[in-house]
Parts: sequence; C-alpha cells; structure tokens
Amino acid sequence: MPSLKALRTRINSVKSTQKITSAMKMVAASKLRRAQNQVESARPYAQRMARMLSELAANVAVTPSAPRLLVGTGRDQVHLVVPITADRGLAGAFNANVGRASRALIQRLEAEGKTVKLLPIGRKGRDYLRRDYGSRIVHEVSLAGRKRLEFADALPVAERIVGMLEAGEFDVCTLVYNRFISVISQQTTSQQIVPVPVAGAGEGAARAFYDAEPDEETVLASLLPQNLATQIFTALLESAAGEHGARMSAMDSATRNAGDMINRLSLNYNRTRQANITKELIEIISGAEAV
Amino acid sequence: MTTALEIVSPEKLLLSRPVDMVVIPAFEGEMGVLPGHAPMILLLRGGTIRLYENGQVTGEFFVGGGFAEVTPDRCTVLATEAIPLAEVSRGEGERRLAAAEQEWERVDKDDVTARDAVLARLQSAHAMIEVAGAA
Repeated sequence: MPSLKALRTRINSVKSTQKITSAMKMVAASKLRRAQNQVESARPYAQRMARMLSELAANVAVTPSAPRLLVGTGRDQVHLVVPITADRGLAGAFNANVGRASRALIQRLEAEGKTVKLLPIGRKGRDYLRRDYGSRIVHEVSLAGRKRLEFADALPVAERIVGMLEAGEFDVCTLVYNRFISVISQQTTSQQIVPVPVAGAGEGAARAFYDAEPDEETVLASLLPQNLATQIFTALLESAAGEHGARMSAMDSATRNAGDMINRLSLNYNRTRQANITKELIEIISGAEAV
Repeated sequence: MTTALEIVSPEKLLLSRPVDMVVIPAFEGEMGVLPGHAPMILLLRGGTIRLYENGQVTGEFFVGGGFAEVTPDRCTVLATEAIPLAEVSRGEGERRLAAAEQEWERVDKDDVTARDAVLARLQSAHAMIEVAGAA
C-alpha cells in the first residue's frame, strides 16, 4: 500500500496536469473560433475562382501547348505528395491520421511502380514520414509560430510546386490534409491539385461563351497558379481549424480523465488514512489491555 | 438596372452590392461595366476600381491585380488585394516598388513568365504610388 505522502504528491501532480489541459482546451477553443471564421471568409474567393476556372477551361481546347497545370505532363509516373499537418502535437490522432493516410498512399503508388516525392507542410508530418521515407522528401515547409495564416504563406509553396512542374520533376500532385467537418470531426482527405480536376469540363456547349482579355492563354497562365495557391491556402486553413478542433476535444477528454483519476486517487487516499487511524487505535487499545 | 458587384480577396469577401456602373482596371486599359455587358473574363492590372451610383462615384478601391468575371447581370472581381482608396499608403507603395526593382535586377530576362510576373509587380507598385499621391 502506497504511503499517504506518495498519494498526496500524486494527487497534486494530476491536479496540475488537469489545470494545464483545461487551459489548453480554452486556448484551442478560442483559436478554433478564429480559424473557423477564417475558413468561412476565404470560401467565397475559392468558389468564384473555381467557377471562373471551369468556365475558362471549357473554352480552351486540350492541346499539347495547353498549360501543364491544367492538363498535366501527359504522364502519370512521378507523384508529388503534400501532407499538411500541424507543427505541434497534443491534438489526438490529428497528425497521425494524415501520416497514416500519406503512408498508405505512398505504399499504394509504389506498389504500382510509381515514383513518389514528398513535400511535407508542418513539422509533425515531416517527423512522421522522415523515418521510413526520408529519402523521398524533396523540400519541407514549416509555418510554426504563425499567429494567423495569410494568403502570402501559401504563395511560396504554390510557386515551388509550379517550378517543380515546369522543370518536369513530377507529373501528379496530391494534397493530404484534414478537412474540418465539425469541432469533433475532421476528415482526412487526399485531393489532387495538379493537373487541376476541372468541374464540368467537356460540357462546354451549354455554357455562355466568355470573351477573354488579353486572351484565354494569358488569363489561364495567371489564373492557374493563383488557383493552385488558393487550393493550398484553403487546405491550410481547413487543416488549421481541424487542428484546433482536434486539440480541443483531445484536451477535453484529457481534462475529464484527469478528473476521474483525481477521484480515484482521493478515494484511495482517504481509505488509506482511515486504515492508518484504525490501525493506530487498535495498537493503543491492545497496548492498554495488555497492561 | 444594376450590376451585382462583388470584390473578393483570398482572405475574405470585401464588398457585395448592386451598382449602376463599375470601372475596373483591365489589363489593356480601364473598362466600364454596365448591366447587360457581354460575358468576359479579364486579367486586371494594379489600379482603381470605381463604383458609380446615380451618376456619382460612391466607392473607390485600389487593387493590386487579379481577375474579373463579367456577365450581363454581375461583375465579380477576384483581387490579389483590395484596399479602400483612402487607406492606400504611399510608403507601402514605395517599399514594394523598391522590392520589385531589386527583383527586376535579378530576374532572368529570357524567362518570359518570370519577367512578366516582375513587370506586373512593378506596374502594381507604380499604380499604388500614383493612387496614394492623388488621394
């Protein structure tokens, strides 16, 4: 049976852990609210961008000279996988889900004989994949310490991906990230971003015909990289909101578990204390009887 | 009749309201959009968007560049950034111009896409200074 002092120390340490987890939960809740607002206010741009792109792409014939971002390189050999994770842990299975999904994707692609390259965004995903697939990591991005994600954070990533595509370093690019569904649920999603899957391409006949200024190719040449950056930005925001949601529910259950543990320990402590008192009384009484 | 104007930046929807006419800084020159305009998709350069209601200018925004989609009943501007004209700062414009000029020194002039990108930044910075100076 543990001594009273040991139990007391134990209870105190669990209490301070509980204080930390409940504070982290509050922080995550307030960050979540901000991140959720950001996701929602970024949505109109992404929607309108997608609409414009599909209208424009429907007007452009698929020719070998069409932009690579739209039609790809025509091959399907080298895949670039971009897992988006958080930079910090303590968020339940949030980071591990993305890691596991990326690993499954890598294994599937490699089983098909494809080459895989990795560009992890976020420290946790990099750490997860570095052990088994370290040699496939071509570049990494960390957004640690950002108070607020800005569109400018997504731009360099997009530029890098466009540069790699132009240099012929990959054929298909896929994002793996947690989509924010609700506070308690995030869905791990993989989304192909290069070549762009254009919604409704091919049904151009029913659409209004758009004039383009200066001309379709020029507009498309600047619209496509911007669209790529928008997609990455959206994924970053979704992932950030998901991270805070996941951390909030993880810390909520940690706080609850700590509460249960304190209850159990206190019960144990009181029992031990009473047992000690009883024991002492017995000793005194039997001592008095012996005299 | 009015045109439903929307100005959207990557981070948020800045403005959404019906106007009589809007003038946007299209790539090949300023363009007025009235209700019933033929459908168009445009590239924008740095410049000013002007909103007209009842023959009066009712709003002015600086945009750093972007795209616009025009249909007979709406005009959607996807701006890289959009700032109300009164809040444009000359200092910021000059800082960007200096950065873009440095970039210009370094850029590979044979790489057409890279060169055009820097040229667009130079133009946008010039437009910003001009707009700030006039305000």
